[in-house]
Formats: sequence, structure tokens, C-alpha cells
Amino acid sequence: MKIKSTEIVDTFAEAFKMSGSRIIITAESKQWAMAAAQSITGFATSVIGCKCEAGIEKELSTDETPDNRPGISVLIFAMDADGLGKRLTERIGQCVMTCPTTACFNGLESNTTAIVGGQLRYFGDGHQSSKVLGKQRIWRIPVMDGEFVVDERFGIQDAVGGGNILILGKDQKTTLKAATAATKAMREIDGVVLPFPNGVVRSGSKVGSKYKALIASSNDAYCPTLRTVTNESLVPEGVNCVLEIVIDGLTEAAVADAMRVGLHAAAKPGIKQLSAGNYGGNLGQYHLHLNKILEAREASNQS
Amino acid sequence: MSLKLSLHTKPDVPLEADVICPDKLNGVNETAIAALTVFHGNDQTALGDFFTVKGQCDGEIHIEGDLANVKHLGSEMTIGKMIIEGDVGQHLGACMSGGEIVVEGNAHDWVAPEMTGGRVTIKGNAGHLIGSAYRGSPIGMQGGEIIIHGDVKNETGNTMRGGLIAIGGNTGDFTGVNMLAGTIIVLGEMGIRNGASMKRGTILSMHHAPMIPTFSYACTYNPTYLRMYLSYIRKLGMEVSDEQINGNYKRWIGDAIELNKGEILLYANE
Repeated sequence: MKIKSTEIVDTFAEAFKMSGSRIIITAESKQWAMAAAQSITGFATSVIGCKCEAGIEKELSTDETPDNRPGISVLIFAMDADGLGKRLTERIGQCVMTCPTTACFNGLESNTTAIVGGQLRYFGDGHQSSKVLGKQRIWRIPVMDGEFVVDERFGIQDAVGGGNILILGKDQKTTLKAATAATKAMREIDGVVLPFPNGVVRSGSKVGSKYKALIASSNDAYCPTLRTVTNESLVPEGVNCVLEIVIDGLTEAAVADAMRVGLHAAAKPGIKQLSAGNYGGNLGQYHLHLNKILEAREASNQS
Repeated sequence: MSLKLSLHTKPDVPLEADVICPDKLNGVNETAIAALTVFHGNDQTALGDFFTVKGQCDGEIHIEGDLANVKHLGSEMTIGKMIIEGDVGQHLGACMSGGEIVVEGNAHDWVAPEMTGGRVTIKGNAGHLIGSAYRGSPIGMQGGEIIIHGDVKNETGNTMRGGLIAIGGNTGDFTGVNMLAGTIIVLGEMGIRNGASMKRGTILSMHHAPMIPTFSYACTYNPTYLRMYLSYIRKLGMEVSDEQINGNYKRWIGDAIELNKGEILLYANE
């Protein structure tokens, strides 16, 4: 299959079952909400080294937030619900509660929840208080600029982590431009985030290493500098740069949607191939075949 | 098909009609409803002696007529909806835990005492002891919502421990007296001795109010959680301005003779 002059490799992205949450950060201004959102999504690129993956989903207008202030929606993912609950408490406590004027609300209705505000309330040292409005319990924790308001519980649902596309280009500049276009298109999809810096990762990894202490190491098959060194290189001649975009989403459909729009946006002159990373299909629960993703959309467009 | 009850004979003395409640009338036919027992003073009589019964209750009851002397409507209600197209007597929705009651006119004293859930909306005024504890009872309203668009009298939320009371007009004296927790929002003015003996909870007024000496002024700020409450009652039809949602409030803490963990918030931008 091709999109314009770019070949779509007949392969699939291997994605994993994760647990995901959506949190809504509000503040006196969009800038302060963004400051907290950037802080809470920092050092959250990969569960391999960060214990969670997180990113900014979108900005919210004042009529989309619980307290009618400007807001930012953030998605955060971990390998299981228990781990995600711990990450939520740590990160909301350290990155949102600390940020002037912010409040933090659950953005995901689910039967599975983690107690977050109910843990953070102890920071109030006995001066905390709660309010119940409908079925929602919030905690008011006194802080130096007033009060930090946080939901007692945050919803957790099964999610999909590790959807991805690989962009193989003629040079770094062209490939970076294609990756930037792809991330811009992907960010229009609700329910997904791109956890790596500006949405793009250059240090794609494979499972294992020659060093026993490491569980992952550089994906040498896609390193252009090793094209003639490794026997398993997947870098065609004429490709001098490979960039990856990793997508985490609340549903498989959202991840597939993001991959589809990303593939279309990245297919530019100078991009020889668009591919995806997998581990032979033996590790991940979800196999997102590039051709099927593109064909499914075309079929739905025709019908 | 909903049930319609029309008052055809005005009671001379209070009529206790706690049988008028969706829980008790759902699925019951007209004849059986008309035969249900009510108390006219101390006389045991039938509902049909006072009301014309039409239709069958499918969870919703419409009641019309001057019900100012009809008490205990919706007592212990858990589900459904009651729409009262006129005034209503004491003890409306007493101890209710769910469902919704809407009164198009005024309500007498003791609206939803000791309620734990559901919502009562009064389009007009109401009397004393809204959402309160009965005398001698340790806990009043514990949950649910009472929305009153007009004025109310004394002791609103006496000993309440949870839920929301929103008053569109003014309140009398002792608003939130003995309050344990919960939220009372008064868009109008409050009388005197508000929050006396309160332990926790919030009383808010959009106007200046006299404070008893066991309350201390803390600061002036815009409470984030209040934005949620004010936006919420605005959606329910109460008149709340953007300035009130975004504005600052003076925070008074008390009652110092109790836990000193209650708060009275007074709008600072009037």
C-alpha cells in the first residue's frame, strides 16, 4: 500500500493493555493550568523508566470544566490500576497541588477508582474539609494561596499503550517535519496522548540487551548508522533518519484513529516508508495493522 | 400515565396525608387510592373524602388545590416525582431519601426535615426549620438538596449534617444553628445569630450579615469549590451572577465555643 509516494509497510504496531485515567486541571488562567499539566506529565515518557506514561490531551474552555475556569485535560497510564493510583497521588500531590491557583478533578467515569484526594487530604494536617455535591466528594486542603480542591476519587479504565508509527525519511530535517505534521494531526483525536518529547521519540527500543541488567536497549534494526553492521537492519538504502511516534489511548479505536491520521500526515515527499514497531506479536495484546487501519477508514468513507 | 389528585374539599384542620407518596401509590388503582387512610385532625378518614383521584401512578404524582393545610406529603419518599401545583403544608418530604418534589407555590414549616437524599424545590416561600432535625433529634438533614426560590423563616438547616440548602431570598434568624456539616447558600440577606453552635459546614450569604462574637474573620478570597456550587444552583434556575461566581468572599470561622471548624462566607463585592 502507498500513500502518495510513501510506502506503507505491511506490518503492525504491537500495543499493550494498560490502565488509564483522565484528570482535569483547572486554574485562574490557562497559563497556570498548563504549568501544572506540563509538570505532571514530566518524566512520564515510558513505563520502562518512569513507572507511568502521560501527556496533555487537550485544552478545555471554561464551560467544559467543573469550576468554570480554564482547564487542561491530561491522560496518565500505568501497567495496572494499583500502580496508576499511586502515580496519580504522587503526581497530583507534587505537581498540581504545588502549582498556584490550581484544582484537580476526575475526568473519567468508571466503576474502578483510585482514592487520590482522600489520600492528599492529610496534607491539610487536620484543617482539611470535604464537600459533597451530588455524588461527587471533593477535598479542600488549605494552602498558602487559598485552598487546593481535589476530587476524592479518580476513575480508572482499561487502556491501550504503545501504539506507534515509524517514519523513515531521507534525512533528519525531512523526517522531523513529517513527524511534526503527524503529531499535530494526532493531537486532534480525543482520548490519546503522545507521551514522548513533543510527541516524538528517536531512541526506539527493543526488548532485552547484551547487558543482563537492562530490560530494553536501542532498536538497532532502525538505527541508520548500523544499517550495514547489524544483520537485521530494517533501514532501506536512502533512509538516513527514523523517528517514532508512540500513542497511548483510552481505547484501541482511539489509538487506531490517531495512527491513521498520523500516517496520512506523515506521508510527505522524502519519506520513503511508514512502518510500525512490534515484538513479533508475542508480547502485546493489541496488534494494530497499518493496512487494516487505513483500509477500514477508506471502507467507511466509501459507505 | 401519571396520577392526578385534585383537592375537592378543603380540610378544616390539618390533614395528615403521608400516603401521598410515589412509593405508596405506584401501581395502585383509583378506587384503592381513594380508600387509603388519612387523618383529618384526629378523625380517621379516606383520601377520597378530600381528593378526586384520576389515573394511575407510574412514578409521578400531580397534586392540585390549596394544600396549605395538608401535611406530610412525600414523607419517607425514595423514588419518583411529585408536582404540587399550589401551596403545601408542614413536613413536606419528611425523612425522604430519593426522588423529587416540586412545589409551584409556597410551603409551610419543616420542609424535608431529616432528609437523606433526593431534591425538594419550592418556587415560592417557605417557613421555619427547613431541612432541620426534629426537636430532640441529634441530626437533621444528611443529604440531598432543598432549593427554595423565595424567602424562609428561622432555623434553616438546624443541626444539618450534609446536603445542600439553597435559598433564593432571605432567611430569618439562626440560619445553620447547631450545624454539623453541609452547605447553606442564601442569595438574599440573613437574620441574626447565624451559625450559632455550628461545628462544621458552610453558610454563605450574598450580603453583609451580623456575626456573633464567637466567629473570627480569617481572610477574603475566591473559594474554588464555591464556583462549583454556585454554578450548580444557577443551572437549577437560581439567579447567580458571573460576578458572584468569580467574586471574593469574606471567610469567618466559628463557632469557637464548638469545634471552630465551621465557616460563614459573605460576598465581598456587593
